[in-house]
Amino acid sequence: SENCANQPHAPLLLTKTGQTVRRPAHSDPDSWRWDRTRTSESCPRALQVWEKGREKRLLVLGDLICLTDWGLHRFCCVPVDFEVVNVDSSLTSEDEINNAVTAIRRNGVALKGNIETNHNLPPSHKSRNNLLRTSLDLYANVMHCQTLPGVQTRHKDIDIIIIRENTEGEYSSLEHENVPGVVESLKIITRVNSLRIAEYAFRQAREKGRRRVTAVHKANIMKLGDGLFLQCCKEVAAGYPDITFDNMIVDNTTMQLVSKPQQFDVMVMPNLYGNVVSNVCAGLVGGPGLVPGANYGKDYAVFETATRNTGKSIANKNIANPTATLLASCLMLDHLGLHDYASMIRKAILRTLSETRLHTADLGGQGTTSEVVQSIMKEVQKGGPLTSEKI
Amino acid sequence: MSSMMILLVLKCLSQIIFYCICFAFQMQTVTIIPGDGIGPEISTSVIKIFEAAKVPIQWEERNVTAIKGPGGKWMIPPEAKESMDKSKIGLKGPLKTPIAAGHPSMNLLLRKTFDLYANVRPCVSIEGYKTPYTDVDLVTIRENTEGEYSGIEHVIVDGVVQSIKLITEEASRRIAEYAFEYARNNQRNSVTAVHKANIMRMSDGLFLRKCREVAENFKDVKFTEMYLDTVCLNMVQDPTQFDVLVMPNLYGDILSDLCAGLIGGLGVTPSGNIGANGVAIFESVHGTAPDIAGMDLANPTALLLSAVMMLRHMGLHGHAKKIETACFDTIRDKKVLTKDLGGNSKCSEFTAEICRRVQDLD
Repeated sequence: SENCANQPHAPLLLTKTGQTVRRPAHSDPDSWRWDRTRTSESCPRALQVWEKGREKRLLVLGDLICLTDWGLHRFCCVPVDFEVVNVDSSLTSEDEINNAVTAIRRNGVALKGNIETNHNLPPSHKSRNNLLRTSLDLYANVMHCQTLPGVQTRHKDIDIIIIRENTEGEYSSLEHENVPGVVESLKIITRVNSLRIAEYAFRQAREKGRRRVTAVHKANIMKLGDGLFLQCCKEVAAGYPDITFDNMIVDNTTMQLVSKPQQFDVMVMPNLYGNVVSNVCAGLVGGPGLVPGANYGKDYAVFETATRNTGKSIANKNIANPTATLLASCLMLDHLGLHDYASMIRKAILRTLSETRLHTADLGGQGTTSEVVQSIMKEVQKGGPLTSEKI
Repeated sequence: MSSMMILLVLKCLSQIIFYCICFAFQMQTVTIIPGDGIGPEISTSVIKIFEAAKVPIQWEERNVTAIKGPGGKWMIPPEAKESMDKSKIGLKGPLKTPIAAGHPSMNLLLRKTFDLYANVRPCVSIEGYKTPYTDVDLVTIRENTEGEYSGIEHVIVDGVVQSIKLITEEASRRIAEYAFEYARNNQRNSVTAVHKANIMRMSDGLFLRKCREVAENFKDVKFTEMYLDTVCLNMVQDPTQFDVLVMPNLYGDILSDLCAGLIGGLGVTPSGNIGANGVAIFESVHGTAPDIAGMDLANPTALLLSAVMMLRHMGLHGHAKKIETACFDTIRDKKVLTKDLGGNSKCSEFTAEICRRVQDLD
């Protein structure tokens, strides 16, 4: 990875006749071999010329249940390289997660699986996922929850964007035992971070043409903490008169979500309520296998499944639903500006979900992970070649 | 012949004495706190239905407006406290907390006065009141005295606030014990502890440890642990997988309202608060609905089902079953329903219908 950082990125040329590729010395031979052997016939989405140089993309392997989008991206000739970093959740040293953080600082963008936290270990062993988020200051967790075609759910027409403060609140990991048997856990709310997340939420709402932002809180009980959060949201709302701002107490919110989720548009909230609300919403639209999530900071972005599950019980059985991770990688492509690739893959995923009905077990079907990915690849091929004019 | 006659008379006498004693013991006093807004009318409904069902209860009505006691501390009126201490069982309607009244919420005052440490909410799908979720049958047991609602907050420096979540060994052990006892007494199969110990290692870790310790003494009840987010995720997809859930304050607040939403909302959800020293207060958890107060439009179902929960707590299972059946039958038939249940009958008509059914069931 040292070499990787220093090597210049040569422009990649794929022509109809065959090509020579400049290969960095350290790289995994497998990942480059296909570039040499594949011509435009076998790779229908091949580019004629790619001027900018390949985007480097970091992949963090936590305890991922499947990584089939890797193959899918190669199939679609997405101009992104993968740098794989393994993080073993069973190790107690923080070296591996620190390496991952360094690599993300280098590359700027990552696709991440959830790293299991053994909560029976002592408090010195912190959650690796949380460490990653706070080290990179990924202050906004964004989840777009939409009813997907072809998925049977109790509620229809759900379209909610959940924006969750991702670095403080109840996840500050500041705990102490005053006397034996009495434990205090601190929930920290700061004006700076509350203003920041509120500003992010309203900006997103405006960019995406949304009409309403709802702040979720428990300020009737936590008058100072959530009171400050609410106050900051109100201040930011004053600067966006075109967007309606209201607020709702978190217990009422969950009750409303299970009876009438269509009433919500954009929701902004502190960390723990975000955890609850995003899981409720993911359940409403079909489960953890369908919804992608994104963590944005000022300089970095990390994409993962919205509900951050490890799926340990179904690992290595070829029954996991790859949709959430694949859609997360589409979000990543959008972030990198590769919108055509993103929408190409996204359309193929949605078509597979709705038309071919190849659902995995979590959606009530009998499809395997590999069958779903194969089907998505077929849909991609049906779409025809991407020419350089379209890029 | 005469000895046989004497024996017969003695037998009859003893039976009469036996029933008299039973009757005297069975007439229990219950403190009723009608509350504000629609509270008085729904309390009247419940009293009427209990009369129709011939429930052996004597009601003692009390008011709980906050008053300032000696030393400047806010407290509930001493008559109310005395009545509750004597009767041990209470039924409470919705109470309002005027904003900027200067005193803490009435519910909080009651909780502190009687050390109501467990909030119990059984959520059962009501046949006839359709929601997207069917076959819900679970109970949420929430620790009600500490956790995130300890009320300890500070402004550290301008713009930085800390709220303290307090978890103690004693409170965690107490709620875990109550949960397992409840499961055993109500023929429930499993208890699930809900936590976030991956993030809040020490606090939720302590809570979890106490639950595990108590579980050792209740081997007949299955014990599982689950993260709060996983519970939320699974709850909205398949609520039938849950039985009894035990958790700290905030998670309990969120989850109990989530479950109430699954079965139709706070208007049909019962709730009970268990305190130390055998005190138990059952209540409706909806608001005072001041916009419909006094107009005979309120739905007494929540308070009625809470009263049924109270009867079960008191051991009056026969009466509880009768009233519950009458209530559910009325809702299922859909002929006489209040506005929030989808009909256009008045509260008094709904009450009368339930009374009629109760008497028919006799």
